[in-house]
Amino acid sequence: MQNHLIEAFNQLVGAEHVLTSKEDLRCYSYDATPGFSHMPDVVIAPGTTEEVSKVLALANNEKIPVYPRGSGTNLSAGTVPMQGGIVLLMTRFDKIIEIDAANLVATVEPGVIVADFNNAVAQFGLLYPPDPGTVATATLGGTVSENAGGLRGLKYGVSKHYIMGLEIVLADGRIIQTGGKNVKDVAGYDLTKLFTGSEGTLGVITKVTVKLVPAPEASKAMLAIFSDLDNAGKAISAIIANKIIPATLEIMDNATIRTVEDYAKVGLPIDAEAVLLIEVDGILAVVEKEAAKVIEVLQANHADAIQVAKDPAERDKLWAARRAALPALAKLRPTTFVEDATVPRSKVPDMIRAVKQTAAKYNVTIGTFGHAGDGNLHPTIVCDIRDAAEMERVQQAMDEIFATAISLGGTLSGEHGIGLGKLKYMEDQFGTAGISAMQAIKKALDPNCIMNPGKLVGEC
Amino acid sequence: MNDDKQFLAKIEEDIANCMKCGNCMEVCPIYKELQNESAVARGKLALIEAVLTGNAEISQGFEKRMAMCVSCKACAAKCPCGVKADELILRGREAAVKARGLHPIKKAVFSLLKNRVMFDLSLRMAGLFGPLQMKKLPGRFAVVARFPMPGLDRRRVLAPFAATPLRSQVPETIKVANPKMKVAFFTGCTINYVYTDIGQALLNVLQENDVEVTLPPMQHCCGTPVYMSGDTELAKVFARHNIETFERADADYIVAACGSCAEAFKIEYPEIFHDDPAMRERAEKLAAKTFEISEFLVDVVKFRQDNLGEVNATVTMHDPCHMARGIKVTDQPRKILNAIPGVKFVEMKNPDRCCGAGGSFSLANYDISRKINDRKVADIASTHADIVATSCGSCRMHINDGLVQNGKPQDVLHTVQLLDKAYKAGKQS
Repeated sequence: MQNHLIEAFNQLVGAEHVLTSKEDLRCYSYDATPGFSHMPDVVIAPGTTEEVSKVLALANNEKIPVYPRGSGTNLSAGTVPMQGGIVLLMTRFDKIIEIDAANLVATVEPGVIVADFNNAVAQFGLLYPPDPGTVATATLGGTVSENAGGLRGLKYGVSKHYIMGLEIVLADGRIIQTGGKNVKDVAGYDLTKLFTGSEGTLGVITKVTVKLVPAPEASKAMLAIFSDLDNAGKAISAIIANKIIPATLEIMDNATIRTVEDYAKVGLPIDAEAVLLIEVDGILAVVEKEAAKVIEVLQANHADAIQVAKDPAERDKLWAARRAALPALAKLRPTTFVEDATVPRSKVPDMIRAVKQTAAKYNVTIGTFGHAGDGNLHPTIVCDIRDAAEMERVQQAMDEIFATAISLGGTLSGEHGIGLGKLKYMEDQFGTAGISAMQAIKKALDPNCIMNPGKLVGEC
Repeated sequence: MNDDKQFLAKIEEDIANCMKCGNCMEVCPIYKELQNESAVARGKLALIEAVLTGNAEISQGFEKRMAMCVSCKACAAKCPCGVKADELILRGREAAVKARGLHPIKKAVFSLLKNRVMFDLSLRMAGLFGPLQMKKLPGRFAVVARFPMPGLDRRRVLAPFAATPLRSQVPETIKVANPKMKVAFFTGCTINYVYTDIGQALLNVLQENDVEVTLPPMQHCCGTPVYMSGDTELAKVFARHNIETFERADADYIVAACGSCAEAFKIEYPEIFHDDPAMRERAEKLAAKTFEISEFLVDVVKFRQDNLGEVNATVTMHDPCHMARGIKVTDQPRKILNAIPGVKFVEMKNPDRCCGAGGSFSLANYDISRKINDRKVADIASTHADIVATSCGSCRMHINDGLVQNGKPQDVLHTVQLLDKAYKAGKQS
């Protein structure tokens, strides 16, 4: 990047917030997605909305790509600066502006870490439910931009259900406000929803107003082991059919069970086809009643063994198996692809079986676990990215997994976003008309295509 | 591939195991302050990876980023892939030393450190003439500089060098009437030259428990500061010297009163000689009989509790990084405190979070060390304890500095000093 531009950015945000050394640029050339890396020309960390506005105005004039970034923990290559340009680091936006308990809303800057925010609202007896696996590291802005979900999706929904308003800097530097604190608000297009999950391709989020819910007063965790996958699938459907919506309803397949047991020795039978982790939460009396019903349903659907946590220590033990799923799989091989192909709940057993067949067909190692209650599975492929022949097979397996998800009426991504990783499958899901509608929105808001170019809707 | 890269190639597999999830960001104390990706393990490993793939050089910038680590091991403990990033960063430093040489200041300090006699003399001089340079703070075992000194932030509160080092204050062997065992005490530099009070307390406590103690006079710095700076060859010189010295001592056990010093014997020495089977075997023999003092008192000696007097104080505990994640000793110091009548123990938030000292890190990066430590001080203050117990001289000094800087009243003591107080109180009553 030319020196006069670097100098101009120094003027706008202060030289200490503009990184240009090769070493620093290297550290912003990747995110948590394997296989994508490219050096930016500069990393800029603005401190105010006005600074973001000025940086974008200049970048837009000069047609420099801009890649907004929080902690860079996403799994879709959403923050990798594939065309160089600017990494716009939003971590200095780290203030919780207001927790408004009367209106059950909070206004937060996008660089706040999700777990820190949740600790702050917990003091008011409140909860911000979206909880991706990276809550302890991810920024709120990143989770809003990726429309992150997590383990509570079935009962509580995902990010988009909690975002009430945004302050956004558009690609040309103009600043707009969308939504607000009102529960009912039908004025205008719903730009809040449009920008939530837009993966940084339309503008930069500089402020977020979120909905909060009362934190549940009690919870109860249960673990059920099934030697037959179909019975596990029937149990999942039967729990919901009995009008119980668990906060957590997780599944692990046989490959995951074996790996977890080998790694953590938590006492899972290695020939089990599925393990379900179920947690109900809410008012104590309701929790007890629902837990009893869940146990009844599990028994009726031939669970081979059921464990119920009597205290927090036992709860931790039950959760240990599920928590160990990703670390145990990741330790098998150097490279880990965590996918998030999602299907309607009733298709979960079909999807798990199909993934198993795909793994055998292409001779790749895949463990599947995930959020069975909302159909959001994580087929996790472990491999070595340095082995070209193996990567060829991994790629074919991935193609087949996503094709299967779509054929089962599912979607490419339940919570990680499209970014670059799943871009090539977008047309399979949306058709050319669907893609061009999205591209038209992109072009209308970002005519020079400077915002996270090449991602989500491809080149434009 | 040139030599520097060949050296790094040995860790290529370990580097490849980092899946760049970024979980290390949650726990890295330096990242918390700097919010810069090159401060956290993921970034540093990416830089090493870039050197390995030929996309980057071992530049001054590389060296600087590798240096920006307190070696608190929190990243390694957090890593879902089991990557020992702290060790890989040391390999990065080692590669930088091989490629670019040691930093001139470190070179000067280490050449002094290497010479045991000169090193001893300098620190004795510091003890004798220290009061000319350093002003004592009232009511504390602490001093501040009277005038600016190179490499030292003037705000910083240190501890005075002892007028007489511990090993000159006491006989080489301290006999007891009916010894049930004989231990060799590896004092470490901090306890020998600065915090002699910790060393005295340890000797008293072991005497109370009928343990004969010898302090091998030829013992020298454990070498950890050198090892952490990436000069592995020099670190081997220290390791070999101490191994020979403690083999000659021929004691039943070796004890240290510092997590890092104990870690040197227990973990570093066997590792440092990984490609030298004969030395490795000797190192492992010593490692097996080395204990940190709290661990030794609880697990081996089963320390006497029938003659403990009251110590009326509210006490909280800071777990040094190399106690918590190095030698993994956190229960035993708590067991000691809980055994003392009158002690009300209160746990602080994140007791095992780094205090920011990081050995020589705090000398080169005082501002960052101070910020990390301010968080520790805030956690201490919210316990309303009278005393912070810890098991590391370097932590004690840095926390004491933080308490003074933040105007907090707490005192910082080694766990064994509180036990010593309790034995003394037991005699008075």
